[in-house]
Parts: sequence; structure tokens; C-alpha cells
Amino acid sequence: MSMDRRKFLKLLGLAGVGLGIGSDFVQMSPAEASSGHGLPSSGERLGMVIDARNLTDEDFTRMIDACHSIHNVPTLIPEKNDVKNEIKWLWTDTYNHTFPEQINEYHPDSLREKEFPLLCNHCDKPPCVRVCPTQATFRSKNGIVAQDPHRCIGCRFCMAACPYGSRSFNYVDPRLYLTKMNPDFPTRTMGVVEKCTFCVERLAKGLQPACVVESGGALVFGNLADAHSEVRKILSTHFTLRRKPTLGTMPSVFYVIGGEDYAG
Amino acid sequence: MYNGGKIILGLIIFLALAAFPFYSNLGGSAKKAMPSLDTPVIQQLAVKECVKPGEYMKREHMKVLDQWRDEVVREGKREKIQVGGREFEKSLQNGCMACHSNKEQFCTECHSYAGVKPYCWDCHFSREGGQI
Amino acid sequence: MLDKALTGSKRYWTLIIVLLGFIGIGTLAYLHQFKNGLGVTGMSRDVSWGFYISQFTFLVGVAASAVMLVIPYYLHDYKKFSKIVILGEFLAVASVTMCMLFIFVDMGQPMRMMNVILHPTPNSILFWDATVLNGYLFLNIIIGWTTLHAEKKQTAPPKWVKPLIYLSIPWAVSIHTVTAFLYAGIPGRHFWLTAIMAARFLASAFAGGPALLIILALMLRKYTKFDPGKEPIQTIGKIVTYAMCANVFFILLEVFTAFYSQIPGHMHAFEYLFAGIEGHGKLVPLMWISIICAVGALIMLVPPKIRSKESNLVKACVLVFISLWIDKGFGLVIGGFVPNHFGTVTEYWPTLPETAITLGVWATGFLVLTILYKVAISVREELGTAKSEY
Repeated sequence: MSMDRRKFLKLLGLAGVGLGIGSDFVQMSPAEASSGHGLPSSGERLGMVIDARNLTDEDFTRMIDACHSIHNVPTLIPEKNDVKNEIKWLWTDTYNHTFPEQINEYHPDSLREKEFPLLCNHCDKPPCVRVCPTQATFRSKNGIVAQDPHRCIGCRFCMAACPYGSRSFNYVDPRLYLTKMNPDFPTRTMGVVEKCTFCVERLAKGLQPACVVESGGALVFGNLADAHSEVRKILSTHFTLRRKPTLGTMPSVFYVIGGEDYAG
Repeated sequence: MYNGGKIILGLIIFLALAAFPFYSNLGGSAKKAMPSLDTPVIQQLAVKECVKPGEYMKREHMKVLDQWRDEVVREGKREKIQVGGREFEKSLQNGCMACHSNKEQFCTECHSYAGVKPYCWDCHFSREGGQI
Repeated sequence: MLDKALTGSKRYWTLIIVLLGFIGIGTLAYLHQFKNGLGVTGMSRDVSWGFYISQFTFLVGVAASAVMLVIPYYLHDYKKFSKIVILGEFLAVASVTMCMLFIFVDMGQPMRMMNVILHPTPNSILFWDATVLNGYLFLNIIIGWTTLHAEKKQTAPPKWVKPLIYLSIPWAVSIHTVTAFLYAGIPGRHFWLTAIMAARFLASAFAGGPALLIILALMLRKYTKFDPGKEPIQTIGKIVTYAMCANVFFILLEVFTAFYSQIPGHMHAFEYLFAGIEGHGKLVPLMWISIICAVGALIMLVPPKIRSKESNLVKACVLVFISLWIDKGFGLVIGGFVPNHFGTVTEYWPTLPETAITLGVWATGFLVLTILYKVAISVREELGTAKSEY
């Protein structure tokens, strides 16, 4: 078949583009290729039981201050529009907002106005991991839903997908809003998503998560897959709730809210 | 030449723009980059060794950091490295900068010579002079 | 053939310069956003997707609508579309370009864009969206350019274009289905978690895209020697009518499910959009304008006697476009975020920089469209085939 110069040059260009795109796929390592939610539990599933019955505002302040100061979470001042850009890993909200699927109009005020600590639930079947296009958020083998701020492209699909509102985006440069910084832990940069990490850097040193330490025993952290762990003991002897259970995300954070305390 | 005036003028403007990086630096001399290893921590080391030899690190330190990043953040392998009887944390700010706490005289010295601006410092602390 | 875009009338160059002006302003606004972060937009922790993503969603629909011309012409040999198919294909190119630009300006770390390719993630719908959009862009630019080039040479297009054209038909459906899947698979956002999302998207795409095409074709008839013909326009008008009926029907189905079931999670978004919640109702006037435009459009589209008058048809198309732009561009995305997961309301409205960037992206799309249309029309003007015989 005859080919003129123009056709040949076009083919050459196409081949070059094709090679360029193709080589990107060839470099993909097998470990990165498979991903997604729900890795098989290899004997460890880290979780937390929150006994919310007696937590006070002072407890919450200590827990949140510890978490946010250790991890350089900026405090955006709620004036102008700053609160819209707020970043929180651990915060509190009322019963109705924490358990919107378990509202009834005859709840006593003491329950309705009770504050609960909220954080990432480190779900067993996390929708945020399912939707992340770069595996910047991924489920570790020990059950923690981890965040890789180096890889995050800031598309915020995970924020849309999280049913619990646990994730925050750095809409501004966080260092502008950090008065005190912890030099042992990095900050994040503008344009990436962040959330509670179950203090994975503290766990590596054999320490408990900061909120657990400051909770005065109300928060218990451990391995849900270990039938003899303290978390499992509490779960088997108390009634516990998880947030939005009908969605099938299987959160690893459980709440003891009591019940008999409010009766009568 | 058809439209010769416009073509010659265009060529002159193009050359002026394209050669700008070269003639704008004429007359000055770029000092060779001399990164300094003079920090309090390094002074006190008996054996002044890094995780890898200096020449290797000069070329490959980004690869080392990327490898550490993936091992620590993505695979959870946070164990310290043993090199020459010493322990090193796999961390830029807690490992490298623990010894090389003079970022301006060490890291920036070569980076500014090479004209690169790594964005590590947007997040990671450099511990200059023991402070952030 | 691209050289045809370098010559033109005063009006043509004025349009180009105006578009470049908007692109310039948009670029400056984007540099401001790049330096200071996405906080310069109206997005927040609660409403984490806003104008950029909603425009992207709307424009994927416009891009997909080229298939409404390709199917009759290439699959069913409907010769009346011979002059207008290229307009649909080039509109798809411009729309997909805008889609990709909107994604780019929305990203928090756009320099890391290649991560989507370096770390492909098949379980992420966003990965597939990037893939199918790029594929559709290449398909349409190759098909459009090759067929136009063959027309210029007054010969049949090369054989390999045919399979690509056939491929572009399911591919067009796929781009909008995949975009719908971005929303329809997310647990916890009941406004979005509906199987009919993809069908709704397609119906509104096949109404809004061809409506825009009619407007563009008639503008071309007014300002250039190109004449799409009266019958082809009427046929596209029929397509817009059926698609708009389907779209309105699907929305009513959603309203029924939400309000007959009386499930609060399903009703809340509609309440926020159409009535406001707890005094928050920024979007209420817009949403009702969308409804009024839709009803008005149907009144003018459904009766053949009204639709057959071109002046009515073009007015109806404008109403369709406005209605669907509000519905997809504001209602759909914002409605999914309000109220938030805790039942409280954080409102959203685009800021000035956000609007400038959006206009800049639209201007870029229209620049691409202008250039491509100019090439197509100039080729035909030179051949003397710019007028349709229908």
C-alpha cells in the first residue's frame, strides 16, 4: 500500500503518543493495581468503644485539644467565612445529629441534648476508599482507613462519599491558622483531604490514641478481631450503637449510650 | 522575502526571549553549591555516617525518601533502620533533619543552585536551629 | 484545515477577542485560586462540591447529546442530518474540553493530576470517568476531523472511521452513565442514591444538548452562509421534545418516591431546594425558575402546530437549556449536600473568583467551538455545500 509523507508523520505521532500512554500502565506495580475496600481481616481489626454516658465538656475539650494539637490541625476562627473551611478530626454533636436514624420524639431532653464525640469510623467497608481515584485513602490491613496526603489530588470525592461527614479539606493553607505547631508531626498542605488516623504514628510506638488517653477511660481502643480484647468484652456486655448502620459500612467505632439511666 | 519585515522582527523578538536565561546571568558567577554538614548533632557523632554514603544520597535521596514514604504511610512499616550500629527513623523531619538541622546551608544550598523547589517543606518541618 | 480559522470577518475576530478576554480574566482568577486555595470559592466542609463539578456534570450531558444526531444519520441513514452531524460532533469536543477543564480547576492538587493514571483504581468511578471522557474526546475529534477532511476532498471517508462512529454511540451513553454513577452509588446521600439517576442524566442530556445545538445552528444560519435546513431542525426539535418529556417525567417520579414514602432523608433535599429549610433558601427562586422554564418549554414543544414555527422552537430551546442548566448545574449537586449528614444546613453560593473561573472555562469551550465551527463552515462555503437541501 502506498503512503504519503503526511500519513507517515501522522502515524509516527500516534505511535509516539500510544507508547507514552502505554508505558505508564506498564510501570504500574501489581501491589498498587488491586485495591478497594474490605481487605480480608488478617487477624487485626482496630476499633474503639466510646462510653458516652458520663463524658463531660471538659473531657471533650481535653480530647479534642490533644488530638488537634498533636496533629497540627488548624483552628479556623469562626468569623467571616472561615468556619466553612473548618478542619476537625474529632468533634462533638448532639444525639439527634449523631444518630439521625434513631430519633424518637419522646426521648428525654437529657438524651436529646447530650453531646457525643464524633470522628472517622474507620469502617470495615469504607465508601471513601471505594471512590478514591488514586488510592490516596486506603484501608490498612489492621483496619485503619488511612490517608496518604502525598498522593491526594484533592478531588474531594471521598468527602462526598463519606456518610458521616468525617473528612475535612484544606481549603486554605493550614499553617496560616496554626498558632502552635508540634514539630514531631507534619502539617498538611493546601488542597488535600485529612481526617482522624486512629493515631497510627502513636500506635507504632506502643501508645494509645491521644483521645483515648485523655478520655479518662471512657474511650477504649483495641483489636475487634481478638475475642479476648477489652473492646470485645465491653461490646459483649453492653448495648452499643453504631452510626447509620443500615448503610452497611460496618463502622469500627461503637457507642455505649446507656438507656436505663434515662428511664423513669 | 515575502513579509520580510514582519518575519525578521518576529525572529529578533523570539531570540531575545529564548536567550534571556543566558544573557541575563552574564557577568555574575554562580558559586558551586557547598552543602554544610556542620550541625551540633553531627559534630557530636563518633562515626559520621548517614543511611547511605554521601555520593549515593546526593543522587538518590529523593528515591530514598519516596521509598520511606510508601513504606511508612502506605505499608505501615515504621521500624527504624539499623546502619552502622545506629538507628535511623524513616522520616524526613524526624530522621534526616534530626542530624541535618541546617536546612538553609544543607538542603537549600544545592536546591537553589539547581533551581528546584521541592514542596516537602509545605508539610514537613525542617527543625532549623532546633526550632521549626 | 485549521488555517481556515485564521481568516474571518470582523464579527468573527470580535468574538474571538471577547472570548480571549474572558479566558484572560478566568486565568487571573485561577491563579488567585491556585495561590490561595479553594477557600476562595463558596465551597465548604459540608458542601464540598460546587459550581465547578455541577458545570462539569451538565456539560457531560451536552457532550453525550451528539449521539442523538449520530444514531439517526449513521445507524439509520437519515440523510437529512448530513449537514448538521459535524456540528454535534464538534459540540461534543468543546463540551468534553470544558468538562476536563472544570475538573482541573476543581482539584486541590492539580499538579498531581497524573496520579489518576499512575495509580489506576478500577473500583473508583472517577477513574472510569476520566477514562471514558478522554476516549470520547479522541473519538469525536478524530471522527469529526476525518469526515470533514474527506468532505473537503470530496471523497468518501476512510473505512476505519465507520467502526469508530459505531463505537461512539455506546460510548456517548457510557460517559453520562459513568458520570451519573459518581452520584448514584454513594451511600448516605439519599438525594443521589437512586437507580434512575443515570436515566435522568441521559434524558436531560438528550434534551439540553440538542436544544443548544438548535440555538447554535440557527445562530450560524443568521451570521454565516451555513444553513442547517428547516426539516433537520424540526427533527431535532422532536428529539428535544421527547427527551424533555422523559426528563420531567423522571423528576416527577423522584418527587413521588420522596413524598409518598414520607421518608425524611428523601424529602429533605427537595424541601431545601423548593421551599427552604429553617430560613435557608438561597436556591429556592432558582429552582422554581427551572420549573417554570420547563413547563413553558413543554407548552411550546408538545403541540406540533406551535413547535413547527421555528421562532417558537428556538424560544422553547432556550427555556429547555436554562431549565436543565439550573437543574443539573445547581439543584442536583448542591441538593446532595444540603442538608448535611447531621441534618443541619450549610448553604452554598459561588463567589466572584469562582464565577470568573467558570466563565473562563465556558469561554474556552466556546473558543474551541468557534474555531471548529469556523473550519467546518469555511470548508463547506468553499465547496458551495454550506446549505442543506432540506
